[in-house]
Amino acid sequence: MQNVEAINVENIKEEPRVSYLTNGFTLKSWLLTKDHKRIAILYLITVSAFFALGGTYASLIRLELLTPASDLLQTQTYNKVFTQHGIIMVFFFLIPSIPAILGNFLIPIMIGAKDLAFPKINLLSWYFYMAGGGLTLFALLRGGVDTGWTFYTPYSTTFSNGYVMAVGLGIFINGFSSILTGLNFIVTVHTMRAPGMTWFRLPLFVWAHYATSLVMILGTPVIAITILLLALERLARIGIFDPAIGGDPILFQHLFWFYSHPAVYIMILPGMGVISELISNFSRKKIFGYEFIAFSSIAIAVFGFLVWGHHMFVSGQSIYAGLVFSFLTMVVAIPSAIKVFNWAATLYKGQISYDTPMLYALFFIGLFLIGGLTGLFLGSMGLTVHLTDTYFIVAHFHYVMVGGQVLAYLGGLHYWWSKITGKMYSEFWSKIASIIIFVGFNLTFFPQFILGYLGMPRRYASYPDEFQVLNIFSTAGASILAIGLIIPLIYLTYSIFFGAKAPANPWMLPGLEWRTASPPPTENFEETPIVTWEAYEFGEESGLDLEDARNRNKVLV
Amino acid sequence: MQQETTSWVPLFPEQASTFAWEVDVLYFYLIAISVFFTVGIVAVIFFFFVKYREKEKFATGEEIHGSIALETVWSIIPFVISMTIFLGGAIIYFNQYRPPADTTEIYVVGKQWMWKMQHGTGQREINELHVPVGRKIKLTMTTEDTLHDFYVPAFRTKMDVVPGRYTTLWFEPTKPGKYHLFCAEYCGLNHSGMGGYIYVMEQRDFDNWLSGTESGQTPVQAGQDLFQNKLGCASCHAAGQNQRGAPIEGIYGEEIKLTNGQTVIADDEYIRNSILNPQSQIVEGYQPIMPTFKGQVTEEQLVSLVAYIKSLSGAGGSSQTGSGSTSGGAATGGGTSGGSDANSSGLIPRRANRGDTNSMGSNPNAPPPMSEPSNRQP
Repeated sequence: MQNVEAINVENIKEEPRVSYLTNGFTLKSWLLTKDHKRIAILYLITVSAFFALGGTYASLIRLELLTPASDLLQTQTYNKVFTQHGIIMVFFFLIPSIPAILGNFLIPIMIGAKDLAFPKINLLSWYFYMAGGGLTLFALLRGGVDTGWTFYTPYSTTFSNGYVMAVGLGIFINGFSSILTGLNFIVTVHTMRAPGMTWFRLPLFVWAHYATSLVMILGTPVIAITILLLALERLARIGIFDPAIGGDPILFQHLFWFYSHPAVYIMILPGMGVISELISNFSRKKIFGYEFIAFSSIAIAVFGFLVWGHHMFVSGQSIYAGLVFSFLTMVVAIPSAIKVFNWAATLYKGQISYDTPMLYALFFIGLFLIGGLTGLFLGSMGLTVHLTDTYFIVAHFHYVMVGGQVLAYLGGLHYWWSKITGKMYSEFWSKIASIIIFVGFNLTFFPQFILGYLGMPRRYASYPDEFQVLNIFSTAGASILAIGLIIPLIYLTYSIFFGAKAPANPWMLPGLEWRTASPPPTENFEETPIVTWEAYEFGEESGLDLEDARNRNKVLV
Repeated sequence: MQQETTSWVPLFPEQASTFAWEVDVLYFYLIAISVFFTVGIVAVIFFFFVKYREKEKFATGEEIHGSIALETVWSIIPFVISMTIFLGGAIIYFNQYRPPADTTEIYVVGKQWMWKMQHGTGQREINELHVPVGRKIKLTMTTEDTLHDFYVPAFRTKMDVVPGRYTTLWFEPTKPGKYHLFCAEYCGLNHSGMGGYIYVMEQRDFDNWLSGTESGQTPVQAGQDLFQNKLGCASCHAAGQNQRGAPIEGIYGEEIKLTNGQTVIADDEYIRNSILNPQSQIVEGYQPIMPTFKGQVTEEQLVSLVAYIKSLSGAGGSSQTGSGSTSGGAATGGGTSGGSDANSSGLIPRRANRGDTNSMGSNPNAPPPMSEPSNRQP
């Protein structure tokens, strides 16, 4: 990569006089921008801040659990810390991370459009995100909540003294950000594709976001309604969930998971889209089974709405309902398996380069395999009776959310970093960091599978002595993971100011985003591109002068 | 009876119920599948990764579009495997959650942050449960406040405890010992302190324990007392000239016709509901004149009333437990913490400071009113 500038000498398009980054320097030009790329940068900054905050809470959790007693934090504080860790990570980091940052930046460019269909609504959704996030932060500073991110009733409506309603309102407002982003993506993909960009020429990243958007639009209103009902009960004492006034606590769990299970797919589908890009492009060949990967995203989005009851196998729900939910849970696992097999098959007879984004993609597959397979443990009713609400489930969803989505996010961020910022990052440090993250992650969360099977319940501020050794492993791993996450913060920030200038297409890849300058001009393309090649086309039809690039590379070597 | 820690790092929980080996077999089956696929796929990827490393910069990989045959194979094989996992899990689940007929019933009331157990023979325990080995035990559970979950890892089973309704959990202990009891559903401040131990004892030891423990009123006796004296239910429900309420003798488990034409089975939930919301299910031929007892009876009293009404139908194995004395006179005075902390939410039993005393009987004369309205925030 260090020679990349030299290799691509002629490939670097003359930098447009004004890139999207240099088109206006005032604060107003950022805060009132309608440019999807600038909005993506706004999201990048704010989402990263929330990620750092959520990560700080995670560190506190791991430090507290170093010893069996509740000593570093008081129990009350610990309960708030894990609640806030969950709320911030789920609603303000995982859900917006890939769609609102990478999706926002790339979807219009990938399909050859000038912007999203509704640029003003796109800006509005960032303000919804900020308002929701601000309100939540306010509640956290004023005293926080201790309900767990699941807000189970009647605890959340009757017993908890925290700022439940402020946080609820924050999540409610933030939900509109999701809905509007999803709406924007769907309309954009339908109406704004460049000439020749047929549905089956779309990058799989776009397919994944299309599926994600469906879930955002259909699922998010349900959590909004649920929060409204919660508010009605808390404020007006109308019996909806609390049995003491005629409600049903299980109803809340149904409503909550009807959104929150599909929300899990909001958190992982975009990551899968990133991985499809990385695997195909860094193998320098077409992805294996394009249609199967594309439709598996849609299948996951659809079936994802039918499995919410698998969170409730021990809640007292009918055992026959459990049967149906368990069966559908097994069904929804198949599309994920199909994706993994297709990714592996794509590598066959490729020309694989070992760049940092590709390392992230490989680590993703490894961790997602473990996360997905342990999902089968939890979908199997007989086992889940023992495993649910223990550290096994904590480990499982961190393998999917962190091992999956966060690694995909980091892989995507590195992959498109040069496009977004116009600068190259340190290949050496990025490889080191990715390996540290992989090792630290496994050391943090693998012991938790064992802890879970031993029976350690989640959300415990103190625990019996015999669980301590495994908890020490986990905390040690978390320290390594934290270091691994801080390193990219340093070298990526460094690259913005001191990094080498990025060429338009450092890896000579066929995607439309690589056929415009780095960073792109405000209108994305100087002239509207006409697409004549298939997705991930590395052959003649791609129109890339690969022969020339190879020759120049030989000269250099 | 101290739980032995056999290795430096425990990797596997003890097996102490008939479910344990079933769950463990399924667990190892799934581990085998997971290891097979993880190792297999990672090996293939690693092989490709090394073998197909780029020969030169910007080389082009072979053009392969895909393969319908392969897609079919790797859709069907995982589906078939997942169905075995589904079926295995379903069979075990149905064992776990459908109690057999011949069980000994124990009542459990959860409360922030303690577990209260009452044996059919009248013994009460807090955060401890003594059960004999080889007996099928059924727990009928409810809570006075928020959600809890009764979880015994060594038995490989758990069940949520839900306010406003009864949930049941059953198990058959197979190995004497002392096992963790955890609350597995987050319930507020001292959630991680809401636990205790299950003592599984040989039958002889259990009989000794029973006879050495103050028993108090059995749930049936307590229920009868409430029915006839304290709550005055008998003034309407007792057979005779003045009977205005529906009869309660022999109804348990039977079909009841309601005025709205529906038919319901008179189970625990029905009885409970009829006491708390009498207007919701009016028995055919009777007037809707019964007042609600909501707020007037505690969960423990409700459990006793249900047990008493059950006993009038010869149902409910509640009074068959062992050879325990049913008289209230066996008090040894050993229990000091039982009855007193029931009324005070400030006395939260913590695992750390709980003694090993077995005598947790409460004062039989004062069935402790445990609902604490002051806990509830408006």
